[in-house]
Amino acid sequence: MTKLYTFLKYFFITFWTVFVVAPFLWAVSTSFKDFQSVNSKVTYIPWLDFEPTLEGWRVLIKSPAKGGVDIVEPYFNSIFVTCTASLISIVLGTLAAYALSRFTFKAGFVRNNDITFFFISQRIMPPIVLSIPFFIFLSTIGLLDSLLGLVVVYIVLLMPIAVWIMVDFFNRVPKELDETALIDGCNPYQAFYKVVLPNSIPGLIVAGMFCIIFGWIDFFFAFILTFTEVQLLPVKVVALNSSITPWWSLSASALVSVAPLIIVAFVVERYLSKGNLSGALK
Amino acid sequence: MNFKHKFVFLFPGLFVLIGILIFPIIFTIRLSLSGWNSYTPEMNFIGITNYIRLFTDDPRFWESFFRLSFLSVTTVVLQYIIGFALAMMVWRDIKFKRFFRVIFLIPMMTTPVIMTVIWRTFFHESLGPVNDLLGGLGVKPILWLSDPVIAKFTVIIVEVWQWTPFMFLLLLAGLLSLPKEPFLAAAIDGASPFRKFVYVTFPLMAPISIGAIIIRLIEASKIMDTVFVLTSGGPGTATETSSFYIYIKGLREFQMGYAATLSFTYLVIMIISLTIIAKVLTKLMIKE
Repeated sequence: MTKLYTFLKYFFITFWTVFVVAPFLWAVSTSFKDFQSVNSKVTYIPWLDFEPTLEGWRVLIKSPAKGGVDIVEPYFNSIFVTCTASLISIVLGTLAAYALSRFTFKAGFVRNNDITFFFISQRIMPPIVLSIPFFIFLSTIGLLDSLLGLVVVYIVLLMPIAVWIMVDFFNRVPKELDETALIDGCNPYQAFYKVVLPNSIPGLIVAGMFCIIFGWIDFFFAFILTFTEVQLLPVKVVALNSSITPWWSLSASALVSVAPLIIVAFVVERYLSKGNLSGALK
Repeated sequence: MNFKHKFVFLFPGLFVLIGILIFPIIFTIRLSLSGWNSYTPEMNFIGITNYIRLFTDDPRFWESFFRLSFLSVTTVVLQYIIGFALAMMVWRDIKFKRFFRVIFLIPMMTTPVIMTVIWRTFFHESLGPVNDLLGGLGVKPILWLSDPVIAKFTVIIVEVWQWTPFMFLLLLAGLLSLPKEPFLAAAIDGASPFRKFVYVTFPLMAPISIGAIIIRLIEASKIMDTVFVLTSGGPGTATETSSFYIYIKGLREFQMGYAATLSFTYLVIMIISLTIIAKVLTKLMIKE
């Protein structure tokens, strides 16, 4: 019984690991192919099945005029939009989460939980529902196809996540901490800034990582609200997909775009193993 | 504590969010009562004509909605089962525990559309590796993307690959936060692993499970990116989801007024059904 269980367990883990890794291996292999080795028959291993070339990687840094793809600018746009929106969401979200965790709000039938729910429920909003009014709204005020417009939209996507994680986190930071600070003569802002915040670094890091993940992987808003002036990475890569399908540069650019966040997986795992995530994610 | 300070903390975030959202929501409702399209791009008032059209004369929307329900429920159930299994496996000590945890987390860090671009080459019917390897085993080429039934399962496979890690993360974080005592008690009573799971682990995990399932359902109800790149809703309308249909009506055919009607109805249905699901799950999984 135990043996069978152990066998099944390792079988399943191996199977899932292969499933997770397979598309990446395929993409790495494809990125070194040329027209011949993609279109004649299915090939897998460089040197054995096909002669590798660096063509797929070279076009990434060439300018479009020379037949390149130029993903450098979209890359920086993506980084800028994601980081700015995450930062604003974290700052505003953390302040709101602190208020919701420490003070009691009462207005008619609205209680703390309802306000928290209001924040988090914004995730329910399907992107398409927002994108049509935003499309018209941003074009009226001239922010369509601009970085600033995207940042505004991304705040709606990310602030719920920041509030969700930080409310739970602050609930676990003992209240005595701020009370001691207040008795020692801090005003509420100093108590928050000097005492509570330094004790909340793990929560802030987790919230920050989640904001960055969900900002970086968004495609839909970037796709609807920008055209040519400003392009974000996912839009750029998907645009490659629609043309004659040069699979090699497609794979190379895809790998380059997903690479930075894979580092985040290691950080998340570290926090998970240290037990810091358990409270933050409930 | 002093009372006025609490508003200083809460209001910036609250008002920024409300400020960004209030206009689009009111605008959507107003737009849904207009006949804004590419011929008459203006905010006229045509009453509830759009809503009548939706409820009496648009089977395509309702089909896409049921398709979406099917896809999101199936993917979330699969993600829950697989995610729970994976979390249980790397919860206690096994060799290379941390290595596997990282591996299992990676897909959720990758951009769905970009990975879907890779998946499309992966499932390519003549040049992709899946059919090639299956061909080596003597299986006839499978029409992963052009058969109406199989295409749905291809979407499910990609969604499960992409989002099982999120479920895994939430459940593993939950497992790691469980108290030790109930497990010690079960061990002293000599409970088998199976009984331990049914009577100890699962009930303790119920609240976390409900939270994880609801969060994933919320996200899954927005399935769009995968469909957009993988099949573009095709073949025909076989994988078209509500979001994608609204996108076609609104931003391809520019029937803004009607698309707003669809959006608003869709949003209301989403909120109602998610609330009901949350209530039902809580009833089913938490036994007094």
